[in-house]
Amino acid sequence: MTNHWVDIRNADLVLIMGGNAAEAHPCGFKWVTEAKAHNKARLIVVDPRFTRSAAIADYYAPIRTGTDIVFLGAVINYLLTNDKIQHEYVRNYTDLSFIVKEGFAFEQGLFSGYDAQARKYDKSSWDYELGDDGYVRTDPTFAHPRCVYNLLKQHYSRYTPEMVERICGTVQEKFLHIAEQIASTATTDRAMTIMYALGWTQHSVGSQMIRCAAMVQLLLGNIGIAGGGMNALRGHSNIQGFTDLGLLSNLLPGYLTLPGEKEQDYAKYIAARAPRPLRPNQLSYWQNYSKFHVSLMKAWWGDAATAQNDWGYEWLPKLDKAYDLLLAIELMNQGKMNGYICQGFNPLAAAPNKAKAIAGFSQLKYLIVMDPLATETSEFWRNHGEHNDVDPTKIQTEVFRLPTSLFAEEDGAFVNSGRWLQWHWKGAEPPGEARSDLEIMAGLFTRIRKLYQSEGGAYPDPIVKLAWPYANPDSPTADELAKEYSGRALKDLPDPKDPTRIIRKAGEQLAGFAELRDDGSTVSGCWIFCGAWGPTGNLMARRDNSDPTGIGNTLNWAWAWPANRRVLYNRASCDAGGKPFNPARKLVGWNGAAWGGADVPDYKADEDPANGMGPFIMLPEGVARLFARDAMNEGPFPEHYEPFETPLAANPLNPDQPLALNNPIARVFQGDREAFGKSDRFPHVATTYRLTEHFHYWTKHVELNAILQPEQFVEIGEALAKEIGVAAGERVRVTSNRGYITAVAMVTKRIKALRVDGKTVHTVGIPIHWGFTGTAKTGFLANTLTPVVGDGNSQTPEFKSFLVRVEKA
Amino acid sequence: MALQSLDIVRRSATTIPAPQARGATAGAVAKLIDVSKCIGCKACQVACMEWNDLRDEIGSCVGTYTNPPDLSDQSWTLMRFTEYENPKGDLEWLIRKDGCMHCADPGCLKACPSPGAIVQYANGIVDFHEENCIGCGYCITGCPFNVPRISKKDHKAYKCTLCSDRVAVGLEPACVKACPTGAIVFGSKTDMQRHAADRVEDLKSRGFDQAGLYDPSGVGGTHVMYVLHHADQPQLYADLPKDPQISAFVKVWKGISKPLALLGIAAAALTGFLHYVGIGPNETTREDEEAARRELEKPS
Repeated sequence: MTNHWVDIRNADLVLIMGGNAAEAHPCGFKWVTEAKAHNKARLIVVDPRFTRSAAIADYYAPIRTGTDIVFLGAVINYLLTNDKIQHEYVRNYTDLSFIVKEGFAFEQGLFSGYDAQARKYDKSSWDYELGDDGYVRTDPTFAHPRCVYNLLKQHYSRYTPEMVERICGTVQEKFLHIAEQIASTATTDRAMTIMYALGWTQHSVGSQMIRCAAMVQLLLGNIGIAGGGMNALRGHSNIQGFTDLGLLSNLLPGYLTLPGEKEQDYAKYIAARAPRPLRPNQLSYWQNYSKFHVSLMKAWWGDAATAQNDWGYEWLPKLDKAYDLLLAIELMNQGKMNGYICQGFNPLAAAPNKAKAIAGFSQLKYLIVMDPLATETSEFWRNHGEHNDVDPTKIQTEVFRLPTSLFAEEDGAFVNSGRWLQWHWKGAEPPGEARSDLEIMAGLFTRIRKLYQSEGGAYPDPIVKLAWPYANPDSPTADELAKEYSGRALKDLPDPKDPTRIIRKAGEQLAGFAELRDDGSTVSGCWIFCGAWGPTGNLMARRDNSDPTGIGNTLNWAWAWPANRRVLYNRASCDAGGKPFNPARKLVGWNGAAWGGADVPDYKADEDPANGMGPFIMLPEGVARLFARDAMNEGPFPEHYEPFETPLAANPLNPDQPLALNNPIARVFQGDREAFGKSDRFPHVATTYRLTEHFHYWTKHVELNAILQPEQFVEIGEALAKEIGVAAGERVRVTSNRGYITAVAMVTKRIKALRVDGKTVHTVGIPIHWGFTGTAKTGFLANTLTPVVGDGNSQTPEFKSFLVRVEKA
Repeated sequence: MALQSLDIVRRSATTIPAPQARGATAGAVAKLIDVSKCIGCKACQVACMEWNDLRDEIGSCVGTYTNPPDLSDQSWTLMRFTEYENPKGDLEWLIRKDGCMHCADPGCLKACPSPGAIVQYANGIVDFHEENCIGCGYCITGCPFNVPRISKKDHKAYKCTLCSDRVAVGLEPACVKACPTGAIVFGSKTDMQRHAADRVEDLKSRGFDQAGLYDPSGVGGTHVMYVLHHADQPQLYADLPKDPQISAFVKVWKGISKPLALLGIAAAALTGFLHYVGIGPNETTREDEEAARRELEKPS
C-alpha cells in the first residue's frame, strides 16, 4: 500500500477492482465501512462476479475477467478528453511535460523494438529525450507532439466506452457512470482510494493492470494524499514482509536487486542502481544504493566483507534468469532441479497445472516440507482416489516432513499491507516435535557449514564465511534477527557535518537508514527496516494508538517502513509552495524552515520547495512516470492483451496483429503452450478466488472453518445452468485442457452472462480452498485446471482467466 | 455498558410474582444488526460457536452460501443470503444474520408449559434454562421468527442467549465483538434506536428511500433490531416477517383457553361443593362394604 488500512477511512470514493476486500480482507474492510459511515464515501466495485464487496457497494459493474486495462485505459481517455485532471499536480509532479525520444513508436499493439523470435523488446527507444545539459527536455505547454501528455492521449484515444462494452462486456452506461464518479476526485477536496489484490496480479498482464490504475490516480492527483493511493491488499499476514525481505529469487532485502550474470564488476553493479538526477536539483535517493548494499553485506558476511573484496561481491549469485516458481517446476520436469525445500508453502496447490507439478515433484530426489500442517505437497505421492490419482510405486522422491510452529507459538514481527511492522509475542508452546522455522533453518545451516568446513566443496566461501553471531547458533532468537535487520554501528560514527561529534557509538542500534554508510562502519540486514529496533528499543512493539491530528496516522503504534512514514509520497499532498492541497486532510507541510505535520515527510526535511525538488524522490526525475521508460517489460504504456486462454479469436484493439493477441513478451514454455485450450472445446471463462470462510489451503484443517464452508463448489450463472441443465446443489464437472474437477453447483444471479465482441460469454467461478487433506470434505485442488503462464514482469500465474467446459456431472 | 442484573421479570408457567425491588437502571439492552454494513463473513457464527461451546456438523454444500443450512441446537445464529433483483434491474445481495430476536413480548415464553424453562430478564433478554425444558416444542410454535431448535441429543430447546452471561458482566455479545465491519452493535435500546436513525438517514442519502429500523410492534418490539435498506419489505431478507405476531395457537392456549380452563376447574369445584351442601357427602352401607371385600378375596 502507498497508504495504510486506517487511512482508507479518509477517502471520498473507494474503488475496489482486481480484488474483493470484503471477502478476502474482512477486517481491513472495516475502514471502507468507516469511510462510508463517517465520510459519506461512495463505494464502487468492478468485478466479474457480484461479490461480498459488491453486496455493500453503492455501485457495481460487471467486467469480463482479464480486460481491466481496457476499462482503466478508457478511464484515462475519459479524464483527458473531459479535462478531469488535477492540473497543478500533473504539471509539477508527473512527467506529462517530458519529451520522449524520437524513435519511440507504437503500432498495431506492439511498441518499437520488438523481437518476435526472442519474444523480447529492445527498450532503448523507450526513453526521454535528453538536452545537452544531461537533463530531460520538457515542454510545459504540452504542445510538443512527443511530450508524454500527447503520447498518452494518443495511446488511449482508442480506449473508448464502445470498446469497453465490446471487450469487457460492461455496458457503456455503467462504465460512464463510474468514469464520472472517478473523475469527481480530480478536485483537491476529494480523494479516491483504489483497493486491489490478486484479481489484478494473477493475470499475464497483471503488473500493467496495476500500473494503469496508478496512472489514473496520478492524473487525478490521488497519490501521496490522505484517503488516496494505490493500495495492494496483501494476502498472507506477512506476505508484505516476504517481499520486503527479498525472498523473491531476483531480489535482495529492501528491494535491492541481485546482479545479473553480466554484472561481474562491483562498481558497475552499484552505478547501474544509483542513477544521476534527470532534472535539476532532484534527490534521486537511490544514489545512496551503495550504503544500503554494503550494510547488507556486512550483515551477511561480517568481518569477511571488506573494501578489498568489494564487500563479498564475488559471493553473491549472479543471475542468468529469475528463478521463479514456474521455472522451478519446469526445471524439475526437465530433470535439472532435483531437490526442493518448501518453507510455509504448498506448491502442489499453489502452482498452476497440478499435473505438471506432480510430474516435477516425482522427478526430485528429495522434497523437504516445513509446515505446521500435513499439506497436499507433502502427500503428492500418495493416492487419494480421484482427488490425487497417482501411483506411489512409480514415485521415488524422498519426502521429509518437518513440523513447524505457528506464528502464535513464537515471537516476531508481521509486516501488514500498510507496511507496519507489528511485533507479536509467543502465546503458546508448539505441540509435539514442532520447531520454529528459525530453529530448523539454523540447524540445517550449521550442519551444512560443518560439512563444508570438514570436507570442502566446489565453492565453500559464501557458506563458511557467513556471519552467524547468534548466542545459540542452532536457534537464533527473533530479537537477535530484528536487531540485525534494523542495524547498528560497527564503529563510532562521526557526524558528516562536524567530524568531532560522534552521532552513534560502536555497537549502538541505528535510528534510521540515513545513518547507513558504505565504508563498512554500519550493518543493516534490510535498509528499509532500519530504525525498527532503534537506539531506544523495539519500536515495532509500540501500542500507543493516540491520533492527535485525527487523520488516523497513529505514529506511535508499531513502526512503518520506511522511516515510520505512513503515507508514501506525502510531499505530493502539498502544492508547489508546500501548502496542503486540502487543508482539511493535511499530512505534511512546509513552515518556511522545515517540513512537518501528521506524518513523517517523504522529502528532504529542510528542503525549501522553491528549489523545485519533486516529491517522487526515489526516481531520478523527481516526478512520477506516466511514461514508464524501460521499467516494464511490455512497454511504457499499459496495452490490453487478451488472456492466454481467451474466448476471442483476435484482440479487438489490434485485430490484424496476431502477435498482439496475448502478452507478446510473456514467457511460455513449449509444453505449457501445447496445454493451452481453445474456446471451441472450452467455451466457458473461468476464474479462481478465495472465500471469507477459508484461508488458502490451511483452514480446511480447522473444524470451525470447515463447518462454515464444508464442501467444494463452483459458481455458475442462471443462464449457463439452464443451458447445461443443472440446478443448484447438483454436481458439475469442470474440465480444462489440463484436467477436470467435480463440485457442487452454486447457481447464482451474481454471475451474469456477458455480451463480448458479438458473442455470449459465461463466467465460471472456482473457489480454491479444497484439497485431499484436512477436516473439511475432501475435494480437488483447483489448480488441476489452471494454465502455466505468468505475468510478463512478476511471473505471477494467470489464475484469474482461463478456459473450461462445464457439464452436468 | 454497565453490569447488568439478571433479575427475572417473567418466568414461564409461573404465577409467583417477579422481584421488583431492583430495576434495570441502565435500561433495556438491544443488539442492532445493520444489514447494509454486513458482508456475510460469518465471523459472528464462529464467535457464537466458540463462546457457547457449540460445534455444528461439517455438512454439505447445498448450493448456497448459507452454511450450515439452518439454525440448529449447535448454530444459534446464521447468515442467510438472498439474491434480489430490484425493480431497476440491479442485483442486491441481501445478507441477514438470523437468530433470536429477544421479543419484548416473547411468544416462546408465553407458550412454554414448563415452569422456569424460559425467562425474561429485566434488561430484556429472553433466555432458555434448558435444565427445566421438557422438550415439548411449544416454544417453536410460539415463536413468530421460527428460531428455537430441539436438540436430537437431549430433546431440549436451544437458541441465542444474547450472551446473557457476557452481558451480565458488562461485556457485549460475542458476535458483536467479532464483527469486523461494525454491522452488529450493542448497547441500550434507546442508544441503538438513535444509532439506527443515523444509519437510516445515510441509507436514504444513497437512494434507499424505504430504509428503516425493524423493531416490530406485534411482539412489543425486539431487543435484536435490524437496519434494513427496504424496511417496507422485510420479507425480502430471507422471509423476515413483515408484521410478526405471536401465533394464534399460543394466543388460544394462553389467551382464551387459559381462563376457560380455569373456569372449568372452578365449575367442577363449585359443583362438588354444591353437591356436598345440598345432598351431603356420599356414604356407603354395610352391604356395599361386604360385597367389596368378597370381590377382593375371590381367587383369581
